[in-house]
Amino acid sequence: MRKAAIPAILVCAAAAWLGSAGFGDAANPDAQAFDQIEKGRYLTTVADCFACHTVPNVGKPFAGGRPIETPFGIITSSNITPDADTGIGAWSDEQFDDAVRKGVRPDGSRLYPAMPYPAYTKMTRDDVLAIRAYMATVEPVHQPVKSNTLPFPFNIREAMRAWDALYFTEGEFQPDSRQSAAWNRGAYLVQGPGHCTACHTPKSFLGGDKTSENLRGFNLQGWFAPDITGGRKQGLGQWSEADIVGYLKSGHNKFTAAIGPMTEEIVNSTSQYSDSDLSAMATYLKSLSGRQDATSAQPASAVMTAGQAIYRDQCSACHGLDGKGVPLLFPSLAQSSLAHAGDPASAIRLVLRGGRSVATRSEPTGPGMPSFDWQLNDDQVAAVLTYIRNAWQTAAAPVSADMVGKARDGLRTRSD
Amino acid sequence: MMMQRRDFLAGTAILVLSTMNSRATVISGALPWAPNAGNPPVPVRPGPWHYFTSDEGRAVEALADRIIPPDPQTPGGKDSGCAVFIDRQLAGPYGRSDGHYTQPPFMPGTRQQGAQSANGPAATYREALAALDRYCLSKYQGKRFPDLSDQDKDELLKSLEDEKTKLEGVDGKSFFELVIKDVQEGFFADPLYGGNRDMVAWKMIGYPGARYNYLDWVDRHNERFPLPPVSIIGRADWSPKN
Amino acid sequence: MPRKLPKKDVVIVGLGWTGSIMANALTDEGLDVIAIERGPWRDAPTEFPPSYSQDELRYRIRHELFLRPEQTTFTFRNKMNQTALPIRDWGSFMPPNGVGGGGVHWNAETFRFLPSDFVVKTHLTERYGASFLPEDMTIQDFGVTYDDLEPHYDAFEYLCGTSGTAGNLRGRIQEGGNPFEGPRSRPYPNPAQKQPFSHTLFAKAARDLGYKPFPQPSGNMSQAYTNPLGVRLGPCTYCGFCEWFGCGNYSKASPQTTILPFLIRKPNFSFRDNSEVLHINVDGSGKHATGVTFVDTGGVEWEQPADLVILSAYTMFNVQLLLHSKIGTPYDPVANTGVVGRNFTHQTISSVNGFFDNKKFNFNPFIASGAIGMCIDEFNGDNFDHGPHGFVGGGYMGQVQTGARPIQTTHVPPGTPTWGAAWKDAVRDNYLSTVTPGTGVHGSFYSYRDVYLDLDPTYRDRFGRPLMRMTIDFHDNEIKQNAFLTDKFAEIIRAMGAHTLDKHYRKGPYDSTDYQTTHLNGGAIMGTDPSTSVLNRYLQSWDVPNLFVTGASAFPQNAGYNPTGTVAALAFWAAAAIRGQYLKNPGPLVHA
Repeated sequence: MRKAAIPAILVCAAAAWLGSAGFGDAANPDAQAFDQIEKGRYLTTVADCFACHTVPNVGKPFAGGRPIETPFGIITSSNITPDADTGIGAWSDEQFDDAVRKGVRPDGSRLYPAMPYPAYTKMTRDDVLAIRAYMATVEPVHQPVKSNTLPFPFNIREAMRAWDALYFTEGEFQPDSRQSAAWNRGAYLVQGPGHCTACHTPKSFLGGDKTSENLRGFNLQGWFAPDITGGRKQGLGQWSEADIVGYLKSGHNKFTAAIGPMTEEIVNSTSQYSDSDLSAMATYLKSLSGRQDATSAQPASAVMTAGQAIYRDQCSACHGLDGKGVPLLFPSLAQSSLAHAGDPASAIRLVLRGGRSVATRSEPTGPGMPSFDWQLNDDQVAAVLTYIRNAWQTAAAPVSADMVGKARDGLRTRSD
Repeated sequence: MMMQRRDFLAGTAILVLSTMNSRATVISGALPWAPNAGNPPVPVRPGPWHYFTSDEGRAVEALADRIIPPDPQTPGGKDSGCAVFIDRQLAGPYGRSDGHYTQPPFMPGTRQQGAQSANGPAATYREALAALDRYCLSKYQGKRFPDLSDQDKDELLKSLEDEKTKLEGVDGKSFFELVIKDVQEGFFADPLYGGNRDMVAWKMIGYPGARYNYLDWVDRHNERFPLPPVSIIGRADWSPKN
Repeated sequence: MPRKLPKKDVVIVGLGWTGSIMANALTDEGLDVIAIERGPWRDAPTEFPPSYSQDELRYRIRHELFLRPEQTTFTFRNKMNQTALPIRDWGSFMPPNGVGGGGVHWNAETFRFLPSDFVVKTHLTERYGASFLPEDMTIQDFGVTYDDLEPHYDAFEYLCGTSGTAGNLRGRIQEGGNPFEGPRSRPYPNPAQKQPFSHTLFAKAARDLGYKPFPQPSGNMSQAYTNPLGVRLGPCTYCGFCEWFGCGNYSKASPQTTILPFLIRKPNFSFRDNSEVLHINVDGSGKHATGVTFVDTGGVEWEQPADLVILSAYTMFNVQLLLHSKIGTPYDPVANTGVVGRNFTHQTISSVNGFFDNKKFNFNPFIASGAIGMCIDEFNGDNFDHGPHGFVGGGYMGQVQTGARPIQTTHVPPGTPTWGAAWKDAVRDNYLSTVTPGTGVHGSFYSYRDVYLDLDPTYRDRFGRPLMRMTIDFHDNEIKQNAFLTDKFAEIIRAMGAHTLDKHYRKGPYDSTDYQTTHLNGGAIMGTDPSTSVLNRYLQSWDVPNLFVTGASAFPQNAGYNPTGTVAALAFWAAAAIRGQYLKNPGPLVHA
């Protein structure tokens, strides 16, 4: 199994280089230089090109061909190995940069924002060229890929011109001189190569970022990518920096475990970030203000009673009689932002479907949650989740049986 | 895995997660997990017999009510569903002796060598209930086992147990022992299997059922555990009462 | 013609405890290792979650996690002059199947053998004289000592997070532990589990009678634990659905909860499930294994070549595979020649149920774990003078009740009818106030000339190969041992305050329908003499040096303890020998 892993020592070297030089060397970088390529390898991991551009488990790295769900249909990732015919080997640096930071292909056609160029646009040119330098050393794979597998009329790339006009603001990240170097580094990573906004920022109905609600959570395909601002109720306000770093590095911290699409992100990407970069991101995220939610409705006492019975009889087996779980093994529901999120989609999904949390080198256990869809009906799932969200000096909006029913229907055809 | 999923927003990439399949394949890299893996139980639904004829069902209900007679506090074997339990079990793998070694030759052995018959429990019940029927019809002037008085039923069962009465063609004693075992299993098994209706047996003995966490009670010695029993398919308190 | 797969450095047959231990050790050596498991992959969140694992009918009565006799079984007879008949449904033991093997459904009782157990022949002969031992008793020394294995016992206990109280720390006896145990180099990794009411009461009664009760060493976590591989386990919640069941909340030590998450990440490890090994292949010389042949669920045969073969299937399947692969000379009990199949043993189990006044005693017996319990060891091994008693061996005894699942734990006082109103009333009145230890007396089973394994002449498996035949009965020695122990045990139960006792002595003939633990041992025993053993002291085959056979099949006789701790320690010991000696210089490690 090929891993896009970076030996620790090289990560440290890259981080040291990056730390000292700021966001990239202004001088002309030599694409053949070892340090340029290592910087590029690290940034490729940060930007997680591997995840989308490789078919999981069986595909050759970066050779594309991975089907990606969008609300408009399936699009297929392209081959970005240095193969001249079927990959990007024949592209110039300028063309590579235009693709990554402007969403434009060499023939002038537009990329779809399945490729997160609205985030990558914030990257510096030097960082992009470093990525290019690394990608040029990757094994070339001759594999033609038809990317545009979207159905009509979405396969008309020209339409992206209009979308870009509405939602795409080209331009590098501008550091805020009032903030620390760490904050700026964190902001750069989160907004730029880390492209966290792609999943965690709410979107308009046409799929553009609602920038005023940056990183306050977003529902995509049956999961709710949570609020990762510093908001106390819904976001990471109760997590220390160390908690955030631990989560991104190992997939687990004393509150919770990564599950769902984030597990892949952690395995391929954040678990390999340098510790200083993870700290920087934590600094940035915790500085963001969370949403000001209205106080949620009081749950009905009949619902709480039923939920408590289910909780005691079932959930307490792992999550404990006090809701605090077992650190680094079973999430603390009492303190879990996933359980208390405004949009309970992830919580509903987990109860119905179960899942396996992430296994990383530092946290290999990867414990799993069983599914309860066969055992609990919609009223019961709603009751136990409402209980969990309101039991331990916490409060979050009740979950309705209707929400559960819709989620159950939606899950029927999913394979993940 | 290509899926056309209509969803609301997102100009973002939604990655289709892969699943792992562990049927005689090579597993490496990560431990397998797939959604809907495992086999949650399928609860028995009330309704017509799946295996018994109506006469057989009546006879087994009558047997169940003698093995576990009703009393004011707790229903008997019939009302608690033991015959339903046995019926559904006989209609399934237990009845067929699925998984047993059934290759010949079948030779009688010592008691220590265990059952050596080609007959599974389902066939045994059919044969033995027929033999019991024939015996009752002949001895009790046209009455079947369920029609006898309780006293007559108990006397007959005791004499089968003592081997003072023999049934034709079947071992009455070992059949009765089989029925005792099955009735009592049905009585104490999880209600999802058709017996122990409403957990009456568990309530009778004070068994809290399919619970998993007693950490707050390990150190509480000699105190009555207060929570009601719960089945694998839940209890009434799980549903909000309006 | 089997299809040939690319060669591996090591092929391991069976991915249970010892298969996992060996795989982890040998991959650390940089070897390319594949394990081949007959049964399916199983894990808590999918196959035994805490939402439906609490199903006594399914998992205990219908034994769903276990092997189906239809897939493989054995024939059984008590004596050589009888005809063996197939065990058509399991009774006296229940073989595992699937990844994790017995480690998934075991109780997790994690004992060490006594130092004297490893040199029992020498020890007993010295103390009592050779004529004190029955003439047909074939006990042998193991070839390793307790001191050899101590670091490996320690490694297993720390891998598992075993919960216990040390009794002997580097020679100093510790209050509250087992004063008879061999010296251990450090305490248990976790404190002993808390004991429920009846277990605590047993300890008090035992103490009042002058014994030294100690908590049973338990592989159910007394608290959350992270083992040396970085794998985490949660605290046991006393659900009472332990043995026969998989643990739903990661609190019972098993290969899945202690080794496999770490092992699977190694690029040089992989495994196949649902693949049954048919035989170990040996070259023309008969002295070198070339790999194994296995069949998948489609019936297709494959050959997995390898330089080193580790046979880590359960006791019975180890011996069966050696017989089918024609490795080693089969044992002939009449001529008393040969080795494969000799010294086959089980365990001598009995119990005493105690009935108490339900107005004074409420035991909440359903609150329990698989390996809680308070035990005494005064009557184990040679811990007491056997001179006056006319038998050798012994066992621990204790209130080791693991739960009170109602189908099996609704006992009534002796004399109560087994059905009817009187039965029902007695069940109602006694459920909460009965002590049902289960394997309350856990005695040794020494080896005899006429207790052995070989191939059956009549019955075949689904591949047409002969079934293995068990010839096994109790001998007077074990019957006497058990009577003595059971009476001692009954005294303690009485002293707890029981008004009525129900003693179940172990009596012959050995009954294949009556469950008495799955601690089958021997048949491929270790030793110092190739004419009376299959393996040398490193579990290496005398005949085929690149074959090692782990498991309780190596025990020349069984001691008065659960075998898994010793099985695992021997596996760690063999792995160390392979890493430290064999790999540097492949070949026989012992020249007899």
